[in-house]
Amino acid sequence: MTETLPPHPPLAPEFPMARGCPFDPPPELRRIQHEAPVSRVTLWDGSTPWLITRYDDVRAVLADPRVSADIDRPGYPHSTEGSATRSSRVKLFITMDDPEHAAQRRLLTSDFMVKKMEALRPRIQEIVDGLIDDLLAGPRPADLVREFALPVPSLVICELLGVPYADRDFFHRLSKTLVSRETTAEQGAAAVAELTGYLGDLVDRKLADPGQDVLSRLATGQLGTGLMTREQIASMGLLLLVAGHETTANMIALGTVVLLENPEQLDRLRATDDPKVVANAVEELLRHLTIVHGGRRRVATEDLEVGGQLIRAGEGIIAASDIANRDGAAFPDPDALDLGREARHHVAFGYGVHQCLGQPLARVELQVVYSTLYRRVPTLALAKPVSELGFKHDMLVYGVHELPVTW
Amino acid sequence: MKVILDQDKCVGSGQCVLVAPEVFDQRDEDGIAVLLDPDPPAGRHAETREAARLCPALAIELADS
Ligand code: SF4
Repeated sequence: MTETLPPHPPLAPEFPMARGCPFDPPPELRRIQHEAPVSRVTLWDGSTPWLITRYDDVRAVLADPRVSADIDRPGYPHSTEGSATRSSRVKLFITMDDPEHAAQRRLLTSDFMVKKMEALRPRIQEIVDGLIDDLLAGPRPADLVREFALPVPSLVICELLGVPYADRDFFHRLSKTLVSRETTAEQGAAAVAELTGYLGDLVDRKLADPGQDVLSRLATGQLGTGLMTREQIASMGLLLLVAGHETTANMIALGTVVLLENPEQLDRLRATDDPKVVANAVEELLRHLTIVHGGRRRVATEDLEVGGQLIRAGEGIIAASDIANRDGAAFPDPDALDLGREARHHVAFGYGVHQCLGQPLARVELQVVYSTLYRRVPTLALAKPVSELGFKHDMLVYGVHELPVTW
Repeated sequence: MKVILDQDKCVGSGQCVLVAPEVFDQRDEDGIAVLLDPDPPAGRHAETREAARLCPALAIELADS
């Protein structure tokens, strides 16, 4: 795609930037990637961290032990005011460095391992089929986000964690608050307090009466033995609950819009029952859409060189996975959606030791959804033009707020 | 080809298991990768290389033998 480039680019442009096409990263990012792939940007608080835009540089930075994910370090490029003020509360492994990070993450790695997620596939299929039955039995048009895209990951993560699905309205609302860029520091802190309070109570109940779920396992194995506090487990539960909701739901809804806009690609999914073809298509959609579009945030702990640019200890770094996933050096014809391409090496789940823990779950959910929804609802169509859809420019995870569809 | 897996580095992402299931597995207790075949036959070299390329924790090293 060719874009018109702004004539006098500012030295440290504001980040995040505005998109042109709702499915593509901002054109300004492409310009930076071509002209000054490692350059300064200006954040909401006036700070000027480095933006890394090339695929190879993004992977190098995210795998570099001289780069920290610790939100409490001076220079860390916070994405919102809420994140900046929340940082000193109970810390999560995603904002820690090794060895603390590895120790905490390893408490959960078995819960999301490939084998276990594969074993869940029939249950996920059942959930997806049930929701499609309900959708087809309901009125047209329907909001695909509310009726399908959000309930799929919500039901699955609730079952895995042992959180009652009946309470979904409560945590859907708080989850939304936590991923909105508009959320103030006080609202963010209040939402965290409400959710951790709720999950803390749940942890107590699990300790007394454990089931076959992650919270029960953490309650009996960690709290019961004094290895973790109740608040730590509740915070870990919050992370899994929010991450489990906001990402897959957006991939389902946004993926559906982009597929409906690219009918020849959608036909490739409808025409196949080969799980390999579906799995490949999922990787390409993950690459193409890269819904975690605010970049991966880090701070240098030592001087290092990235793409020929010296970054000094204490300077903030944003690894822009969205534009890295559109780097022609890693993906030929990068802006084309091509479900047949080899895209597994994308960085939509991040890279380095913090790469998404839930990715095996996300993959199975998306594979089941993409191989079922369009075949069972072959006439699925948007009930509103794309230009009228509300895209989540204001959210840390990109997608659509609502998706009116008919069939 | 010789495969060396550093379990201390592994973060349990499962990427290796997905691309090269005959060469890598994950431990039931903690999801950490285990090496099933440290010397995979020629037919599995491509997927083993892909696993090493995808591993986010740089835990997989390959050496010619
Ligand atoms: S790809 Fe690397 S980090 Fe992931 S499970 Fe395999 S060895 Fe571990």
